Amino acid sequence: MEVRGLSKRFAAVQALKGVDLDVRAGEVHCVMGQNGAGKSTLIKTLSGVHRPDEGEILWEGRAVELDSPAAALELGIATMYQELDVVGGLTIAENIFLGHERSTGGVLHVKRTNAAARSLLHRLGHGSLSPSREVGSLSAANQQIVSMARALSRDTKLIIMDEPSAILDSGEVQNLFRVIRELTARGIAVVYISHRLEEIRQIGDRISVIKDGRSTANGLHVTETPKAELIRLMTGREVANVFPARTPVAADAPVALEVDGLGLEGHFEPVSFTVRAGEILGLAGLVGSQRSEIIETIYGARKATAGRVSVNGRRLTPGSVSAAVGAGIGLSPEERKSQGLILDESLYRNVTLSTFGRFARAGLLDESAERQAAREQIDALELRPADPDRPARTLSGGNQQKILLARWLVHGTPVLLLDEPTRGVDVGARAEIYTLIRRLAAAGTAIIVISSEIEEVLGLADRVLVIDDGRVLAQSDANDIDEHGVLDLVMEGSSA
Amino acid sequence: MSEQKTPVAERHPAPASSHIAPGGRTPGRNLLHGSGARSLGLVIALAALVAIGLITSGERFLAVENILTILRHASIIGVISIGITFVITAGGIDLSVGSVMGLTTVVASLASVQLAATQSTWLVMVLVALLVGGIAGLVNGVIIAYGNVVAFIATLAMLVAARGLAELISGRRTLIVNNGDFLDFMRADFLGVPVLVWIFALVAAAGWFLLNRTTFGRRTVAIGGNLEASRLAGVKVKRHLVYLYVLAGLAAGIAGLMMMGRTTAGTSTHGLLYELDAIAAVVVGGTLLIGGRGTIMGTVLGVLIFSTLTNVFTQNNMDTSVQALAKGLIIVVAVLLQQRFAARNERRATAKPLKV
Repeated sequence: MEVRGLSKRFAAVQALKGVDLDVRAGEVHCVMGQNGAGKSTLIKTLSGVHRPDEGEILWEGRAVELDSPAAALELGIATMYQELDVVGGLTIAENIFLGHERSTGGVLHVKRTNAAARSLLHRLGHGSLSPSREVGSLSAANQQIVSMARALSRDTKLIIMDEPSAILDSGEVQNLFRVIRELTARGIAVVYISHRLEEIRQIGDRISVIKDGRSTANGLHVTETPKAELIRLMTGREVANVFPARTPVAADAPVALEVDGLGLEGHFEPVSFTVRAGEILGLAGLVGSQRSEIIETIYGARKATAGRVSVNGRRLTPGSVSAAVGAGIGLSPEERKSQGLILDESLYRNVTLSTFGRFARAGLLDESAERQAAREQIDALELRPADPDRPARTLSGGNQQKILLARWLVHGTPVLLLDEPTRGVDVGARAEIYTLIRRLAAAGTAIIVISSEIEEVLGLADRVLVIDDGRVLAQSDANDIDEHGVLDLVMEGSSA
Repeated sequence: MSEQKTPVAERHPAPASSHIAPGGRTPGRNLLHGSGARSLGLVIALAALVAIGLITSGERFLAVENILTILRHASIIGVISIGITFVITAGGIDLSVGSVMGLTTVVASLASVQLAATQSTWLVMVLVALLVGGIAGLVNGVIIAYGNVVAFIATLAMLVAARGLAELISGRRTLIVNNGDFLDFMRADFLGVPVLVWIFALVAAAGWFLLNRTTFGRRTVAIGGNLEASRLAGVKVKRHLVYLYVLAGLAAGIAGLMMMGRTTAGTSTHGLLYELDAIAAVVVGGTLLIGGRGTIMGTVLGVLIFSTLTNVFTQNNMDTSVQALAKGLIIVVAVLLQQRFAARNERRATAKPLKV
């Protein structure tokens, strides 16, 4: 299989801008890239979910058009998605043969289906699973086995695996690798997506790296490429110095946010830290490190099982968002569209969502005052298009992020929690957002920033907490640690 | 949301109107698409029905008497529909309104309540009906918001239970309303228009104001638009949901009083299947069943369309089965048309150049 110059655009976001990839039969080809680099879009294009705007896909030497997942499966391209795509209410066998049931004239052959499923499971080293078991009752790892069995149930020549190890423990990962080796020995090609360098060194033959929707490396041999080189390819920025200069936090700046022994059972161990007015604290860690859970608990969206949070010395009621908002904490959530915005509502109503009560007298809204407040933010943040009545849905990612910042600016919160403020935001708009965040801090707001892009955390924050698996591994001044340092810490942490 | 959004902007000309981007929507154009276009469609549908009525029944159809009949017929279901418009706008549903209304007529017509009313004032009956409706709504709201029960199930349970309770209390007998003051008020005309119609008009006006002009209304729309985002922005979502179901219950209580006035009786069979008629009117009116957009104006027009339809059929002595069939068709066609409108507006909005 060969891919040339693949491009894909979603509304205002250019997700892929020319990606090349060639995969040979019987190899494990790893695709690496940071979050938001375009890995998932690439997979979905290869599996026929999205159609590319430009570029071509060659399959066994001839150009093909993958206009539906069914078309890709027809050719022998199967995909295991990151979000498990099994149907909980059906049995293992029914899931495996979903879409190509063993039947005659619409009548299912239950016995034959179960037998075929059993032999597939056996091949995958899980012969002990009963094909008639309901998938909903299986562990995540076993659900993944079902997903893999489904991929193999067709005449598959290429399997795309999107971060298959993310939900597995180390023993299960070894089983996965054993299965992958067996597949490649029979000439099946595997495209393996991951950002865990160690795994890739173990299982991969060749590596391609994408960054910001572009190929930065294509078909490097795993054994010949040093780790440092891969990190550079994944993170190296074209735009140098996008981060604005820090304003030193005054030594006597008061503590705005105090987190004392805050814990949430099953998610993270008790953490304690403080953020002073005008300071930016960064939480660095990979996806699944529970960093979002920590700030959601500070915000009261999750109810802490231990510890307390105080804003300007006032203790907050645990588990109450309105108490947190009342005390002056604002949150810009990780999932901007599903948790932050009312997409079909106008820009100004999204801006005043936390404060519209203030624009009302005796419950009576003053919409012109609301519009005016939104307009002031539009000017201050250079929100475009500058139309307070435009639905939030029609704005680009960067401008949607600005709406959320504007919401808390109108509120005037002394503490701001920003979860992935630049996810889905293109490079130019990112620089603007960085500047805004810096400006807010300079004006005395205490800020916590989370990002999966370690460089972003380091460039933006004054101080950094490195988090993995719900534990704080290190606390450091942002100047004293670099990206490799953080990655080393995280990797040591997860191998320990 | 608010069809009246536009006039506000016109009354207070935006000082920074020069900031509207070249591709931006100006307030004037706003009237032509969006909710304006939806309401316009309904007005056209209503006009078409009136035309059919005129052709088939001639002068008789447009007689003041007949128009008042249509309005009187619309008034009770109308009040219920206004109440559930709020619930539906917030993304919920209330199936219990019809049977809660039946329950309020039974309790408010009890001999003891009527006795108390005779000894003091007929407003006692009003108070009792509102109390019963409000409590039923409170129960719905608490179960849904704090018990995390799906609204469909919780209010389905209330639908069954309230009807059962009404049968128990009344012993399945019809209770006669004989409080003269109450009946005099409810059956009176004011400025030549029946009081029932005035009540509907007042409830509709208050509902419009509440939904479009108050923080309560804004919260309702916000929750329906994105519950999680509203919660994370600091809106007290659970408490608000309770208020919404109480509001729907209160509307059912008002409708119950109107029903008692019209029929001079309280019975457990009052309001049978009203919930379906009300939901149909709300949805035809353009309120989204998934929440996030609600229009009181649309609900009023939806109710009027259905009652005019009934009137046209009655005037022509046509089968009620044909009428039911026609109702079904109208619901489907209206929703299909709305989707067409919505899709067109969406395209228009996104087709504009985006400057990042």
